Amino acid sequence: MSHIKTLTNGIFRENPTFGLVLGMCPTLATTTSAANGMGMGAATTFVLVMSNLVISLVANLIPDKIRIPAFIVIIAAFVTIVDFAMQAYTQSLYEALGLFIPLIVVNCIVLGRAEAFASKNGPILSMLDGLGMGIGFTLSLTILGCIREFLGSGKIFDMTIMPEQYGMLAFVLAPGGFLVLGLLMAIVNRLRKSN
Amino acid sequence: MGKKLESNFTNMVVVLFAISLIASAGVGYVYTLTQEPIAKAAQAKQQQAISNVVPGEFDNDPTADMWTKEIDGGVLEFYPAKKGGELVGTAVKTFSNNGFNGYIEIMAGFKPDGSIYDYSVLKNNETPGLGSKMNDWFREGEKRDVRGKTPGTAGLKVSKDGGDIDAITAATISSRAFLDAINRAAAALQGADATSGATQQNQ
Amino acid sequence: MEYILIFIAAVFVNNVVLSQFLGICPFLGVSKKVSTAIGMTGALTFVMILATLVTFIIQKSVLDPFGIGFMQTITFILVIAALVQMVEIILKKVSPSLYQALGVFLPLITTNCAVLGVAIQVIQKEFTLLESLVYAGSIAIGFGLALTIFAGIREQMELIDIPKGMKGLPIALITAGILAMAFMGFSGIVSI
Repeated sequence: MSHIKTLTNGIFRENPTFGLVLGMCPTLATTTSAANGMGMGAATTFVLVMSNLVISLVANLIPDKIRIPAFIVIIAAFVTIVDFAMQAYTQSLYEALGLFIPLIVVNCIVLGRAEAFASKNGPILSMLDGLGMGIGFTLSLTILGCIREFLGSGKIFDMTIMPEQYGMLAFVLAPGGFLVLGLLMAIVNRLRKSN
Repeated sequence: MGKKLESNFTNMVVVLFAISLIASAGVGYVYTLTQEPIAKAAQAKQQQAISNVVPGEFDNDPTADMWTKEIDGGVLEFYPAKKGGELVGTAVKTFSNNGFNGYIEIMAGFKPDGSIYDYSVLKNNETPGLGSKMNDWFREGEKRDVRGKTPGTAGLKVSKDGGDIDAITAATISSRAFLDAINRAAAALQGADATSGATQQNQ
Repeated sequence: MEYILIFIAAVFVNNVVLSQFLGICPFLGVSKKVSTAIGMTGALTFVMILATLVTFIIQKSVLDPFGIGFMQTITFILVIAALVQMVEIILKKVSPSLYQALGVFLPLITTNCAVLGVAIQVIQKEFTLLESLVYAGSIAIGFGLALTIFAGIREQMELIDIPKGMKGLPIALITAGILAMAFMGFSGIVSI
């Protein structure tokens, strides 16, 4: 039971984007299309799961005072691995996400979960927590990407839903990111309050 | 959970050192694993771009026969595609610094008679949805299509500047940069044909 | 001349927050008051220039010659984290008054992705050392500009009756969106 709770915690109650409000930079920057958002989410999920697993295993070997730098090294190692893997096997996605792949290392969600969860729990729970958070993050990014891509270019996952000339280009550009996220967050807040 | 390791100096140094060492070893290992696929992926992309823009089949390796020319503070790369020793087309990796957001890179393919066969945009930072449309724009419709035109003879400029090509809606600067890159490649190719191109073909 | 172009491009055209989406967390977090916004900018400018200087030197004198460019992410983030700690300790000893003004912002800067982002960007853009430093400084100023304007607007907004669901972050994000639209007017002026 508690396993399932740990997993769903990140997806709904403490959703990284709408609940904890962490990792805003990639959330806004990489959601110009649904596919990009999903790719970013998947990369972050991998880093979250792996770093949570490793950190939960070695947490007891790390003296308290150097906890943070040690965690950062572990996270950075996995980020670099993702970086190379994407460069080798998913080139166009790698180019679309660009700078934001190495920047996963400063995504507060990853270090936050390492510190708040993985350093205090066992490996299986930590992995589930990482997976849940990752899925929650990926879901938020994909939804945001879908909305922006649809409003901006009339497509979702590159499939044309309505003719492109009706697209409002601003939604693919920077302002649209802020606006869509703000409105979505308002809706989520409203729903949470009425529950 | 077991007891935490104490935070004394030796412990801290040893642990941090060990973690860094293992992390670097892991990353280094993955680096050696992925280095080849990364190089291969880049090469495959290049090959794909070349074969997309030259007409028909070729049996040589254009990358091996590549030659370069320095021009306007950059380097143009020429990839001659040959079949049975006969030149069927040349792919030129060309660039322009005049894009809306600076640098753009294009692979332009020319037939031996100097007309454009096809093109593909390799790198651009143009505004998404406006300038970034250049990858398809210049193939659609009579007033936009650059294919079949011969730079130098035809007015390969945007119509605003008195040329024959309709610019991308709301992205004239990107369109100018695109044609600038194409014209640069064509001019360099023609110049090269006149001097060294003839000897190259005889080889 | 080139440095002026870099400055304009980094402050206005490619504003770090409003068009590159770097450093959003502190942008939303410490923008409730103009005075804290200015303090944050000061601390960030200092750390960003220092971090870019150190990471640039490490890249050119250690990572490149030894062919271990793959260690870039790990090295850079460690250097930045250590640098922030050092600045904090030194500032505490040398200038307690400055520490009081900037100290609270320093820990926040490690996780400001703009610092790591700029350190990686100047390597990718193949800037010279001087260009890199100008770029880093300009980015920090651009961040300060956006942050200060934004904080000014948010101070005023405290007085307005906003629909319940929109209170807090949602309205802040929408404000940022409108601000980003204003900054879009700069696009295409210069490019680097």
